[in-house]
Amino acid sequence: MPNRRPFRSRLIAGLCAALALPALAAAQKAPAPDDWDAVLERADGQTVYWNAWGGDSRTNRYIDWVARQMNKRYGVDVEHVKLNDTSSAVARVLAEKQAGNDADGSVDLLWINGENFAAMRSRDLLFGPFAEALPHFALTRPADNPEMVTDFTLPVEGYESPWGKAQITFYYDSDVLESNILDSDALDSAAASTPPRSMAALLEWARAHPGRFTYPRIPDFTGSTFLKQALIELTEQDAALYRPVSDSDFDAVTAPLWDYLDALHPHLWRRGESFPASGPRLRSLMADDELSLAFSFYPTDAAVAVQEYQLPQSVRSYVLDGGTLGNVHFVAIPYNSPHKAGAMVLANFLLSPVAQAQKQSLDYWGDRTVLDAAHLSDAQRALFDTPADNPALPPANAFSHTLAEPHPSWMGALQDAWLKRYGVN
Amino acid sequence: MLRLAPPLVIALLTLPVAAGLTMILLPAFGYLPALDGDALSLAPWRELASQPGLWRSAALSMTSGLVTAFIALGVVMLFLAAGRGGRLDRGVRRLVSPLLAVPHAAMAFGLAFLIAPSGLIMRLVSPWLNGVHHPPDALIVNDPLGLALMAGLILKEIPFLLLMSLAALAQLQPDRRIEIARSLGYAPTVGWLKTVLPVLYPLIRLPVYAVIAYATSVVDMALILGPTLPPTLAVSTLEWFNDPDLNRRFMASAAAVLQLGVTLATLLTWWLGERLVAWCLRPWLTGGGRRRGEASLRRLGRTGLAGASLAAIASLAGLAMFSLAGFWRFPAALPHTWTLDHWQRVAPMLSGALGNTALIALAATAMATALILAVLENEHRRNIRPARALWLLYVPLIVPQIAFLFGLVVAAESFGVAPQIGLLIAGHLLFVLPYVYLSLAEAYRRFDPRWLEIARSLGVSRNAAFWRVRLALLAAPLCTAFAVGLAISIGQYLPTQLLGAGRVNTITTEAVALAAGGNRRLISVWALTQAALPLAGFMLAAALPRILASPGRIMPKALSYTSPALSTEESTRG
Repeated sequence: MPNRRPFRSRLIAGLCAALALPALAAAQKAPAPDDWDAVLERADGQTVYWNAWGGDSRTNRYIDWVARQMNKRYGVDVEHVKLNDTSSAVARVLAEKQAGNDADGSVDLLWINGENFAAMRSRDLLFGPFAEALPHFALTRPADNPEMVTDFTLPVEGYESPWGKAQITFYYDSDVLESNILDSDALDSAAASTPPRSMAALLEWARAHPGRFTYPRIPDFTGSTFLKQALIELTEQDAALYRPVSDSDFDAVTAPLWDYLDALHPHLWRRGESFPASGPRLRSLMADDELSLAFSFYPTDAAVAVQEYQLPQSVRSYVLDGGTLGNVHFVAIPYNSPHKAGAMVLANFLLSPVAQAQKQSLDYWGDRTVLDAAHLSDAQRALFDTPADNPALPPANAFSHTLAEPHPSWMGALQDAWLKRYGVN
Repeated sequence: MLRLAPPLVIALLTLPVAAGLTMILLPAFGYLPALDGDALSLAPWRELASQPGLWRSAALSMTSGLVTAFIALGVVMLFLAAGRGGRLDRGVRRLVSPLLAVPHAAMAFGLAFLIAPSGLIMRLVSPWLNGVHHPPDALIVNDPLGLALMAGLILKEIPFLLLMSLAALAQLQPDRRIEIARSLGYAPTVGWLKTVLPVLYPLIRLPVYAVIAYATSVVDMALILGPTLPPTLAVSTLEWFNDPDLNRRFMASAAAVLQLGVTLATLLTWWLGERLVAWCLRPWLTGGGRRRGEASLRRLGRTGLAGASLAAIASLAGLAMFSLAGFWRFPAALPHTWTLDHWQRVAPMLSGALGNTALIALAATAMATALILAVLENEHRRNIRPARALWLLYVPLIVPQIAFLFGLVVAAESFGVAPQIGLLIAGHLLFVLPYVYLSLAEAYRRFDPRWLEIARSLGVSRNAAFWRVRLALLAAPLCTAFAVGLAISIGQYLPTQLLGAGRVNTITTEAVALAAGGNRRLISVWALTQAALPLAGFMLAAALPRILASPGRIMPKALSYTSPALSTEESTRG
């Protein structure tokens, strides 16, 4: 009888869970992270459900490659759970905790950073510390690279393992920019022909090219990052940004930002009456010739988009003169993952020079490595050597000046304040 | 056994919704121990009320529900009133099922590209006609009034309402009514509106309510086409559920409850509107006007539906072009280069997702069809009128998904049901069951019992008569109902993602995940695949009865009984 099926399977599943959970929990207790051989042994044969944002086909393609390698090298099956929003996996873990499922969660590894990390950590939803026990972790040389062990100013304390590096990178269509000067009349052409290299210049540029620039709608991640970038450059009180927002006078610190945005918005795409939904959406607006200037959190974004026919050959990338906001993104293991050993082996493989080099290659993803290249062996460094003659790539020395992420509490506060001011038009 | 079918179906549909709603109501009033919410409070509601633009979000949801239903219903009714079975009529009717099969998100992508300032229409007229070399900076998609969203919804709801109306019409003998009206001197369109519409409307009221409920709470279409400052209530609610700040979940739950309230309020408004319209139109109905407005009504009826179908087809054509496009810059009307790259890159990922999608859709639809058949056969054998409680079938269609799905996940976890394909199938069953019922019930109930009596008199048992006579003769509506069920299952995003913990990937979850990335070429590939799958279902549904009815297989065509859905199929055969 088909109509009995759901009831019966539910009943059986419920019974199994009730009877087997305690036993399972004992059996699946993860080995201590520092006993690496035991971790490897336990990982063999496990299936790791890796929850990672699935909006980018390049990331997906890279994760696919990782999954094949993991199977070949360690006997670990990796399943990419494609999220359209990382928070939905956080919500999932929370729902499991709410329902008392503390040992058999559905998320094994989570691609995460900043705000989500802070939220999960404060609710004890993460497993750890494990990161520092990963054999490849030392290659990041955290002593010289503090961003490997701090996430939005919070100490990571081994509860997540670094995976890649992002930094705001602007890009523009050099052809359109030049032809635009011919179109528009009242311009200081020197200022208009070159792309803006500071926030102040950006405002001037937007005035000269109305409707040709915008940023994603808050609370989108990339959009919020743009706010922080602007705030760091505009406010005089930088130090306040690296402490919890409650410690400072929010209105005073952010006043220059709102003045700036009030001035900028009338010159944005759609006069600031609507904002694109996400960072990648900026790219498709560039492709549709609705924008002449855009930015991405992935420095190689424009170069790969050129390869994939989305953007014209004439696209060029650069960063602002005063540096741009950058951060490290991480992977973390939820507290109730039943496959912690497999997840650790995966996190370790992600840090290996082979995997990092493949990730940085434009044919896969183009995401920058977290390894300290200067201290790799020659053979390891050779893996990263790729011809970098793609004109759409940012100049090699562009990332010498990286601005650090403010304390995570600023993000929420900025988002709320933005929505209050501009959320209803 | 059959006796148990109706209560079982009702329990299957209402218990999960009730469990999910409970798990949302508790946090909405501050109770969520995992986040240290141990006491009931109104704090989530206060926080919700202080959100900028909340009331406008709610008003947007409400208007889009009312406007969508009103226009879609108007277009369908005028089309039916003006239709005289001409070639255009038949062509449009032939399109109904395929357009119903196109998932909402795919249609939204297509429409967005069609009407955007850099979209297909603009490219066709630039620059030779309007002198435009760069797309104008105009807010068309995501407009603050939600007009683009409503347009998208209308395109998708028209086929649904048309199919439902055609099914209901068959039992009203509209031709005879019009004959009488014409013999009294009424012009045909006016006559249809005065004699058929008043009896037709009560029969399609529930589908109309389903449309309203859907339009007030839709997420995927609103994300693509809807306003952004502020977005509709359902989109805001989803954003709050997904906020990295976990404390937002209290407020998000309150918003989900508010969404339910908005949907119910919209339905109530519509119901009051019904009364008002009925009251206002009475003088017109009974006033004896014979021809006034005939010409313009007919013109409206003919153009409305044809225009909507054309827009839908153009949207899909845009998707098809993008899925094959190499570099394609504004204002070129066609891609500069063509490539199969995008299809080739997606192909290796397709197989797993296709398998899951097909398995879930087939299992959920097969179960739903079996259950609905049991309910209907029970009615027939016990010779009872449709149980009043069957309106509960519509509960999953009326209660917004966002209001109970998050709670349902918690409920399932509490019962120790791990996310797996079985749970997903059960979840899809929730949404497939009502639609299968909507598509099948009328045909079933109007089946001429004399066929069964003849069979029985020839010594066939009751069960054998059911299988060999009734099902054989109802093959066409059965296939249509099955295809509708498949289409509904394939289009589900939130239930698939939430109940499967994202582990079970389907065409739709892949498509929506990629949609976040904004690569229109890849999105087009997935959207087309998503649309093609149910389309294949509908084509099979149209072809199967004919194959089954090949000579000698079952009764000769002269005996075949015309069901509403069958008559659709008949007309699709031209």
